[in-house]
Amino acid sequence: MSRRFLIALLILAPMSLSAQVSSDRIVNAAAEPQNWLTYNGAYNGQRHSALKQITAANAKNLELKWVFQAQNLGTFQATPLVVDGIIYTTQAPNDVVALDARTGRVFWIYRYPLPAEIRICCGQVNRGLAILGDTLYMGTIDANLLALDAKNGKPIWKTKVADNALGYALTVAPLVVKDKIIVGVAGGEYGIRGFMAAFDAKTGKEVWRFKIIPEPGEKGNDTWAGNSWEHGGGSVWVTGAYDPTLNLTYWGTGNPGPDWNPDLRKGDNLYSDSVIALDADTGQLKWHFQFTPNDAYDYDSVQVPVLVDGNWEGKPRKLMYWANRNGFFYVLDRADGKFLFGKPFVKLNWASGLDANGRPIQTPQPPGAETFPGLAGGTNWFSPSYNPRTGLFYVSAWENYRNVFEKTQQEYQAGRQYTAGRGGNPIPTAPNIPTLRRGPINTWTEAQGTGVVIAIDPKTGNHEWRYPMTDVTDSGILTTDSDLVITGGREGHFHVLDARAGQLLWKTSLGGPISSGPMTYAVDGKQYIAVNAGNSMFVFGLREN
Amino acid sequence: MPRLHRILFLTLLAAIGPVSHAHAQDHSGNYPPIAIENGALLYGANCAQCHGIGGDTVPGVALKTGTFKRAPTDQDLARLLTTGIPGTAMPATRLSPGEADSLVAYLRTMRDFNSPAVMAGNSTRGRGLFEGKGTCTTCHRVNASGSHVAPDLSDVGANRGADFLWRKIQDPSATMIPLNRPVHIVLKSGRAIDGRRLNEDTYSIQLIDNQERLISVMKSDVKEFSILKTSPMPSFKDRLAGQELADLVSFLVSLKGEN
Repeated sequence: MSRRFLIALLILAPMSLSAQVSSDRIVNAAAEPQNWLTYNGAYNGQRHSALKQITAANAKNLELKWVFQAQNLGTFQATPLVVDGIIYTTQAPNDVVALDARTGRVFWIYRYPLPAEIRICCGQVNRGLAILGDTLYMGTIDANLLALDAKNGKPIWKTKVADNALGYALTVAPLVVKDKIIVGVAGGEYGIRGFMAAFDAKTGKEVWRFKIIPEPGEKGNDTWAGNSWEHGGGSVWVTGAYDPTLNLTYWGTGNPGPDWNPDLRKGDNLYSDSVIALDADTGQLKWHFQFTPNDAYDYDSVQVPVLVDGNWEGKPRKLMYWANRNGFFYVLDRADGKFLFGKPFVKLNWASGLDANGRPIQTPQPPGAETFPGLAGGTNWFSPSYNPRTGLFYVSAWENYRNVFEKTQQEYQAGRQYTAGRGGNPIPTAPNIPTLRRGPINTWTEAQGTGVVIAIDPKTGNHEWRYPMTDVTDSGILTTDSDLVITGGREGHFHVLDARAGQLLWKTSLGGPISSGPMTYAVDGKQYIAVNAGNSMFVFGLREN
Repeated sequence: MPRLHRILFLTLLAAIGPVSHAHAQDHSGNYPPIAIENGALLYGANCAQCHGIGGDTVPGVALKTGTFKRAPTDQDLARLLTTGIPGTAMPATRLSPGEADSLVAYLRTMRDFNSPAVMAGNSTRGRGLFEGKGTCTTCHRVNASGSHVAPDLSDVGANRGADFLWRKIQDPSATMIPLNRPVHIVLKSGRAIDGRRLNEDTYSIQLIDNQERLISVMKSDVKEFSILKTSPMPSFKDRLAGQELADLVSFLVSLKGEN
């Protein structure tokens, strides 16, 4: 059976064909593009869909089909899952909702009872769910991992992953690999010691743990002066990728702690600001690549690893594309972590370039001077996309954006923020660009930094095209086989661009910032696009008749 | 525990003393039946462990009198139910204002409320009946085991009282409330769907069907749609002996949804 025929058959299949989501289905997610079975749509992190009913020619006929209004005012950062006509998503921070994907009507809602006191740095957010069999998995902001019955939202098990009183939290959408649920912990502003852990899907028992900040006796601990490793940060709050052929799972790690005074933690500070490649069965580190050693700027490497099988310098190679918060675009060999290529994709001055091994040649700016990019980075956690048809890598970026960084002295106190500095405003008395959201009035970002969608040619790092926006953007990107780039921005505009030239094909205003990745699915042969803006999820499809 | 009442619920009222002066009470005495029904459920879930089904197991307290020296008005009683009585075993609760009003309605009318006698039960034996002879897991689910066709009962003891469950098991249809309605749908295509309604609006119906599938049906595709007023659950009045029924109720009220 050809792949194309199989896809057509599956798209046309009635809803009653629902079956459990097996590990094999997630491995082969590309074969059922009507569904969205994991945070990034597929293990390769490409956020690219084979659906192509919505095209450049008919995008003008997109219309709103339904809206889900979350009963919460928190930022709506989740990417929903779609399984055989049913959407599963989180309502910030930790309610879970099952909706009919055609109508938006709710099958059930699970409300997680939150404790009265919660420690979290950057909003009570959640980025979504994982599914295996008929069970949904969610991390909670009080640092528990929860299994829920996908038929009725009833809890099955709950496992405490870490201690929220110390600032640990789970905001990441878990990743299912085989029979394990993999998560990392957030809390990089609280002096946590980050780790990844895998849990048995049936019982919730921890199977393995990888300590992102190594302790004495472990490899890498000598990259931390004195006892600074004890509160070394290295959080994980965006879902990683998985290569079934190598059985490696890849995760980006966050800033070292404290954020802004590297003098308090001299050394490279492994494995902060890195990509780590872990054996999915054991959690053993296979390789790592550190993007920003001894980071002074809060350049978390918490981005989605994008896995591409392609040619590099004439040879087939298992590649990894990565647009980093530090402003460089990287190409790595994901089998061994070898650095292949790197080039800035936004203006930067914290480094003058990368050496032959990809290590940055750091050029710290004098006190009071501006550092590009600012603390929120050239890009951040919002997901990029790769379209294998165009061979282009698409990323939402912040341009002309900088801060004046200041170091301070700070003692660690359990459960208190541990940052030892700040990213100050480059224009005194003017407002800083907030790392999260702000109000709907904008008279100032042209001087502070603006948003852009960039199509990067991974072979050269060159910009194939750019789609500039006045305000900065927190929107992820979706691409499709019909060569669409679907994204938005903090202004609340949701737009569809041509993947080859970046031309605007259609737009609408959703009235609130888009702070997550759009995704697409199909039910009864009709393609839909879902996107969160403000506190609501909006679903679009083609006008009928 | 030696008696039926031990099978029930959380500690609550402990020291509302009855008074002989009915004139001191200031309330209408007229309460909507639905409020009284809801109050009965709340009483079962929150009060009966200490006060008993009949409201008379705390020495010196007879709730069925409907009059209370510390709470002459309904407002006083609602406040007392949420604040508790300091210095006594009567704790504060998290009742919502609506719940407190319902509980007041029940307490004021308790003497007239139809509350059948219930026998003492053993929850361990009840679990065995639930999973075995009672064949309850054919339709119901508890703690991730059983079928999704009928409601998941993992936390039924936190939401329903023993009295209600006792009646439910013996006469399912008589105790139906507008939740979890069984529905029968015939699509214009001829396909028939039987299941339990989860949601409905003007244009669509969401249900879980008898094959445990979540299904959404557009009403424009429907030829016939019936909301059934009789429960698909059989009566266990003659299928289980009285002691077995008590054991089953004992098991159900122990289910608090701890996960």
